[in-house]
Amino acid sequence: MASILTSAADRVRFQRSSDQSLLIYFGQQITLGAHHDVVKLLRLLELAPVEGIRNLHPAYCSLLVKFDAQKLGHDELEAILRTYLDQFESLPLPEARQIEIPVCYGGEFGPDLSEVSATHGLTPSQTIELHASATYTVYFLGFVPGFAYLGEVPESLVTPRLAKPRRIVPPGSVGIAGRQTGVYPFATPGGWRLLGRTPIVMFRPDRAGMSLLSIGDRVRFVRISREDFAARENA
Amino acid sequence: MTVIHVQAPGLLTTVQDLGREGFGSMGVSASGAADAISLRIGNRLVGNAESAAGLEMTLLGGSFLFPEGAVVALTGSDFGASLDGAPVEQWTSVNVRAGQALSLGPTRSGARCYLCVRGGISVKPFLGSASTHLLSGLGGFDGRALRKGDLLDVGVTNAESDTASFRKVALTAEALERLSPRKILRVTPGPQSDWFPESSQRVFYTSAYRVTEESNRMGLRLEGERIPARSGGEMLTEGVSLGAIQVPNGGEPIVLFVEQQTTGGYPKIANVISADLSNVGQLRPRDEIRFEKVGWEVARSLLKEMEDLLTSENLIHEMH
Repeated sequence: MASILTSAADRVRFQRSSDQSLLIYFGQQITLGAHHDVVKLLRLLELAPVEGIRNLHPAYCSLLVKFDAQKLGHDELEAILRTYLDQFESLPLPEARQIEIPVCYGGEFGPDLSEVSATHGLTPSQTIELHASATYTVYFLGFVPGFAYLGEVPESLVTPRLAKPRRIVPPGSVGIAGRQTGVYPFATPGGWRLLGRTPIVMFRPDRAGMSLLSIGDRVRFVRISREDFAARENA
Repeated sequence: MTVIHVQAPGLLTTVQDLGREGFGSMGVSASGAADAISLRIGNRLVGNAESAAGLEMTLLGGSFLFPEGAVVALTGSDFGASLDGAPVEQWTSVNVRAGQALSLGPTRSGARCYLCVRGGISVKPFLGSASTHLLSGLGGFDGRALRKGDLLDVGVTNAESDTASFRKVALTAEALERLSPRKILRVTPGPQSDWFPESSQRVFYTSAYRVTEESNRMGLRLEGERIPARSGGEMLTEGVSLGAIQVPNGGEPIVLFVEQQTTGGYPKIANVISADLSNVGQLRPRDEIRFEKVGWEVARSLLKEMEDLLTSENLIHEMH
């Protein structure tokens, strides 16, 4: 068994990203194992912050560590991070929160629902059912505040992103791209195919925690009617 | 509390400090001054902590009325400032008397000019910083660029800020010379630099690139010779660093800047070194730039030189 279950320290690769940042890769594929490694390292760095680390940018199977180049160097930081990796085996994963996000699918809220359905030979209802059937993992937050990268979309719904991104995607829009799905928290440009919209505000500076979703959460989308959407939006 | 009346906002004027680090795991970009060095010096000239918030103006400056007066400094690019019609020097502290108005025009040099005020611009901090992030509408003054009619608060200052005891200070000529803007940006290799074949690397390091109109605080889109990556490599979204030079499929590079997205999915050929980042903040559309590769140790020592200069006692001197 020992030869199969390699330790975290053996799985990683360090890569200099800039003169003030270092990337740590836990593999090169989207896997729950790599995701758990990212979550663990983030957690350990929150529990015992390293003097000189200025920011952390998690992603699917990597963590970018930005540091004060006057206080730390790449090699010194790598050595410190390796001591954190040694603590992985004894660190339990935090309990995942379960979160439901109501979505009104189709119509003006989901301008790409018809085309996505047609691409896969599905009716719009079947597409909605597929999208709402899965329980997704928040792999990480990135792009803009509160944007969660959720995976993985059922195989029969996998659609590439738009060839030409929209200049403005309305906030609350729920989109898919490849194996990923997510909700746009702000009016931003975006190339994901839009299936619906949620009345929930994804990022609120005046709310504890601010972002509805955090790394590691488990998410389900729940279909709601237009009336429900209007009622919740005004709530 | 002193206030500033915004009589004209200029093209794009925002409240900025040195940014909000530490919230990347929520997708929050650091933001902050595009030319942080100019903001830091401006703050030193008016006696603030160098991280105090100031106004960042872009290409065309605004007009600001000071009903109660203030000690201010203008740094960065020369926007042809005048105080009640009389020209105002850059890189010095300036005593604005009650009721005077400071007016700025179109740039005569680079992209951005900073207005620092003794006491700092006071806004409700978001995640510990006054910086505006325009894309998400967070931070700064209502999360947006200034408009005509806005009233800005200035932080409370100590007794020394009494304008009667004003003493003019200025950046030394030597420091100004050393900080003159560079159009050759020094870079270190990016995390996917080996995805770019020798031919692309050669083109990247020997050609001139033009900054396009589609450039802003999020990133600078460049046009010039294309530098395609090798085909076949599948890039997984990962954290991106400030000053990363990413190359989308079209082959034309984009320099990720202060309002950058926190993660991205394009390969990065290089990264602007920390000591040269403020130069990126002064680039205007149509400027031509080049890239020069340096080693990690060179990048490190250039940063140290810069920081030694910026924290030196002799950076500014009293004018008689």
